[in-house]
Amino acid sequence: MGFIHVTDRQGTKHDLDAVEGWRVMEIIREHGLPIEAVCGGACECATCHVHVSPEWHEKLYPAREEEEDMLDELPVLSGTSRLSCQIIWSRELDGLELTLADSGGG
Amino acid sequence: MSGDVVSIENYTPQMKHSKECDVAIVGAGPVGLFAVFQAGLLGLKCILVDALDRPGGQCAELYPEKPIYDIPAYPVISGQELTDKLLEQIKPFDPEFLYSQQVAKLVKRTDGRFELTTSQGAVIRAHTVFIAAGAGSFVPRKPKIADIEAFEETSFFYAVRNREIFVDRNLVVFGGGDSALDWTLDLLPDVNSITLVHRRDKFRASPASVEAVRKAVAEDRLQLVFGQLDGLHGKSGNLEKITVKTNEGRLEAIKADRALAFFGLNIELGPIAKWGLNLDSKLIAVDTEKFETSTPGIFAIGDINWYPGKLKLILSGFHECALAAQAAFKIARPDEKLVFRYTTSSSDLHEKLGVA
Ligand SMILES: Cc1cc2nc3c(=O)[nH]c(=O)nc-3n(C[C@H](O)[C@H](O)[C@H](O)COP(=O)(O)OP(=O)(O)OC[C@H]3O[C@@H](n4cnc5c(N)ncnc54)[C@H](O)[C@@H]3O)c2cc1C
Ligand code: FES
Repeated sequence: MGFIHVTDRQGTKHDLDAVEGWRVMEIIREHGLPIEAVCGGACECATCHVHVSPEWHEKLYPAREEEEDMLDELPVLSGTSRLSCQIIWSRELDGLELTLADSGGG
Repeated sequence: MSGDVVSIENYTPQMKHSKECDVAIVGAGPVGLFAVFQAGLLGLKCILVDALDRPGGQCAELYPEKPIYDIPAYPVISGQELTDKLLEQIKPFDPEFLYSQQVAKLVKRTDGRFELTTSQGAVIRAHTVFIAAGAGSFVPRKPKIADIEAFEETSFFYAVRNREIFVDRNLVVFGGGDSALDWTLDLLPDVNSITLVHRRDKFRASPASVEAVRKAVAEDRLQLVFGQLDGLHGKSGNLEKITVKTNEGRLEAIKADRALAFFGLNIELGPIAKWGLNLDSKLIAVDTEKFETSTPGIFAIGDINWYPGKLKLILSGFHECALAAQAAFKIARPDEKLVFRYTTSSSDLHEKLGVA
């Protein structure tokens, strides 16, 4: 077992237990935090946008071209923007820290 | 789009003559489309409204090329193929489609019918309403930038409705997809200056457009900036300057009095929240006998509804259409008796389907 640490849009921190092989978006959604994830993880909607903490951002697998294409559709990105449906949780990601982006992906 | 919705308040429906039907369907996704079939078998006439400019909802907008494996009798079918097949199936019932507009208002009239008003001012009067709105309307994604509302629809736009307003202007276009590139190239000859802003040196657009954009940049007819929108500056909705944060972290000011943003589409529940229905987490509660909402005569089918055990599947939505149509018949045709018949063997249904 491991955890991810998610800050919601009000600034409240949540420690969510993670499941090996699940998408980070699915872990967030399963715990009832407000992530829209309209396309269910198909990398087609960008409404699962998160800002990963800088320390963790560099440890993640880089975004694939498909994810970059969807990030293109977001007006405002941070340097550590990712789509959480494209990050698969594994033990190496125990302690992953991120913040939910605005609703609608923005 | 929100601009359109607001202007509706000043519109008097009496001014324009209204369209009449038995079932007004909010949303032309797969479930709204199949509702036309089920209603049609019972002789009910439908009008559909969608915020998108074409039918298919999520299937057409989010995953037209992706395969679906759980549509009965289709081992595999893509989102677009499913949409096309549904359109073919409902063709005999000749439904009317109103595209590129939201249903903004829904009220019950004193004669018992419902009146729907769209963001473009169309008025529909119907005996019953099917809300097949999925996760909500597809609308342009808007940057969350301070004071942007002041500029929207005055000097900052999400679509080109009237190209005249860009002539001889200093235009900034945001985005890296086909819409952004096509409009950049299209307006290029007419504007005074034009700048394309995109987050990276890679475009998701047709190779011909990308090449044309690169050529225009090389010839100094088009400025290309890599970065993202930082701020809008001007007075009373009139843009004077746009600041862009470049990828190197610099703030660059661009002289501009018009802007166009193409950031893809977002889904928002929109006006439905104001129709007095029993909503919980953006879903409308219904019963499982008729899929009727808390307001008799208004039904909710497909992804938008909720009942114990609900699964957001196309399959479930199709079943809901059939039962809601039965209930709608009783409201629209109170004096007629409904007989249960199979499409295989009923000559009456064959006539309706045009196969008699
Ligand atoms: C990537 C992906 C893969 C999927 N795979 C499957 C699968 O394999 N099998 C399956 O069964 N399901 C699948 N789904 C889910 C399926 O697409 C939905 O269940 C289905 O689209 C729901 O249909 P609907 O008609 O209820 O709503 P939608 O398809 O969401 O259509 C609703 C329409 O209503 C319009 N609308 C909303 N409000 C208004 C308004 N006020 N005025 C005007 N128009 C309005 C919207 O613009 C939209 O076009 C998938 C979904 C996605 C995103
Ligand atoms: S859930 Fe749609 S892109 Fe991630």
